[in-house]
Amino acid sequence: MGVLGEAWTWLTTGANWSGESGAGHRLGEHLYVSGVSLVLACAIALPVALYLGHIGKGGALAVNLSNVGRAIPVFAVLALFMVSPLRNAGYVPTIIALVLFAVPPLLTNAYVGMTEVDRSVAEAARGMGMSGGQLFVRVELPLAYPMIMTGLRSAAVQVIATATIAAMVGQGGLGRIITAGFNTYNTPQVVAGALLVAVLALAVEAVLVGLDRALSPLRRRRTA
Amino acid sequence: MAGQNCLVTNDWICGEYLRSRSQELTDATVQHIWITAVSVVIGLLVAFPLALLARRSRRIAGPVLGLTTVLYTVPSLAMFSLLLPLFGLSAALVVTGLVLYSLTILVRNILAGLEAVPQEAKDAAKGMGYGPGRLLWEVELPLALPAVMAGFRIATVSTIALTTVGSIVGRGGLGNLIEDALPSFFKAQVLTASVLCVLLAVVADLLLLGVQRLLTPWTRIRTTRDAVGAVAKVKAV
Repeated sequence: MGVLGEAWTWLTTGANWSGESGAGHRLGEHLYVSGVSLVLACAIALPVALYLGHIGKGGALAVNLSNVGRAIPVFAVLALFMVSPLRNAGYVPTIIALVLFAVPPLLTNAYVGMTEVDRSVAEAARGMGMSGGQLFVRVELPLAYPMIMTGLRSAAVQVIATATIAAMVGQGGLGRIITAGFNTYNTPQVVAGALLVAVLALAVEAVLVGLDRALSPLRRRRTA
Repeated sequence: MAGQNCLVTNDWICGEYLRSRSQELTDATVQHIWITAVSVVIGLLVAFPLALLARRSRRIAGPVLGLTTVLYTVPSLAMFSLLLPLFGLSAALVVTGLVLYSLTILVRNILAGLEAVPQEAKDAAKGMGYGPGRLLWEVELPLALPAVMAGFRIATVSTIALTTVGSIVGRGGLGNLIEDALPSFFKAQVLTASVLCVLLAVVADLLLLGVQRLLTPWTRIRTTRDAVGAVAKVKAV
């Protein structure tokens, strides 16, 4: 409990939160980098996955991609960017690396969600005279929605946890608190940094669960 | 001439680098391989009893799955830093961290595999007088093997990628070369180590796929379409 107590002291010391390398600024950087990466990853992965799921093709690609994604060492990708001219582009290297990391799970989950839509329901919708677009918007998307949100939530948590690796190549984010503590043998600071990342991940997860509840198409249908 | 100068001009691809540092590259690759191998094997040895425990009762399953999932959200950087006071700067630190990460995937897949064993197969074995140990070893495990191996492959591939982060304590295999090359912007070294790292993952995945096929000859009788569907389902889990 000693280290946790000291970490708490570190977290509640105002001086640790202020300034360029303070926890406040690092938290902002972390949120910004993770948020932008997640939005970009969604913008890339979801249309592809939903389209492939709708036409029912490209299954092998969608499934294997998630395995390829796990094989990408984020540290190596970041390092490659840092020795290229991209190193002068601010947060861009971190964001690209995180997008590469987040696309595969998003794509796979959304695709699996689309293919698990009961075929007989889709057939019935077609029999009722729905066009491809209507089928997609009014049947497939609502039924695939829970799986898409599951993918989004796990991608968000992973992106937030992985964004710390940016600190290993000198980029910003909460990882810098951990590396700074590591380099000065300040274990309470390492714990404090890890706690901040974990709390951020849990908070984002809670927000997404809330959004899920508010937006879920099936739930709305049921209450109406 | 060009071969000699590529170290000076800091080219991305450099034959001279591969020649002059082949020993360094081999050492790093070997370290990478053994850290990964030790981690996933220990991970499997730990995950297996955990999965059996989780299967025995729902009361244990919740905490076991919850704990291994929480472990997965701990940033790898923080994990290695936090284990430092316990292990010092040693490979045991990196291995411990990697074992903890692999548990999430392994426990889930082993559990899913065991739970997907058809009840009829178990009943038939029991009717033939199989005890619980023999039932597990001769009926349930072989039937769960495709799911277990799918999990083992995912765990291995992601462990190979994560091992690079171990360079924060100087035990990251190819990650060490990447870290060393960063301050001097040594492009050839960063690129070579990164490519080797991805190659390792691909080779390991293919090797394990081969092992899986050797261990489960009966799955090959099915049509390919069935097999793809089964794999898709396992991965979706």
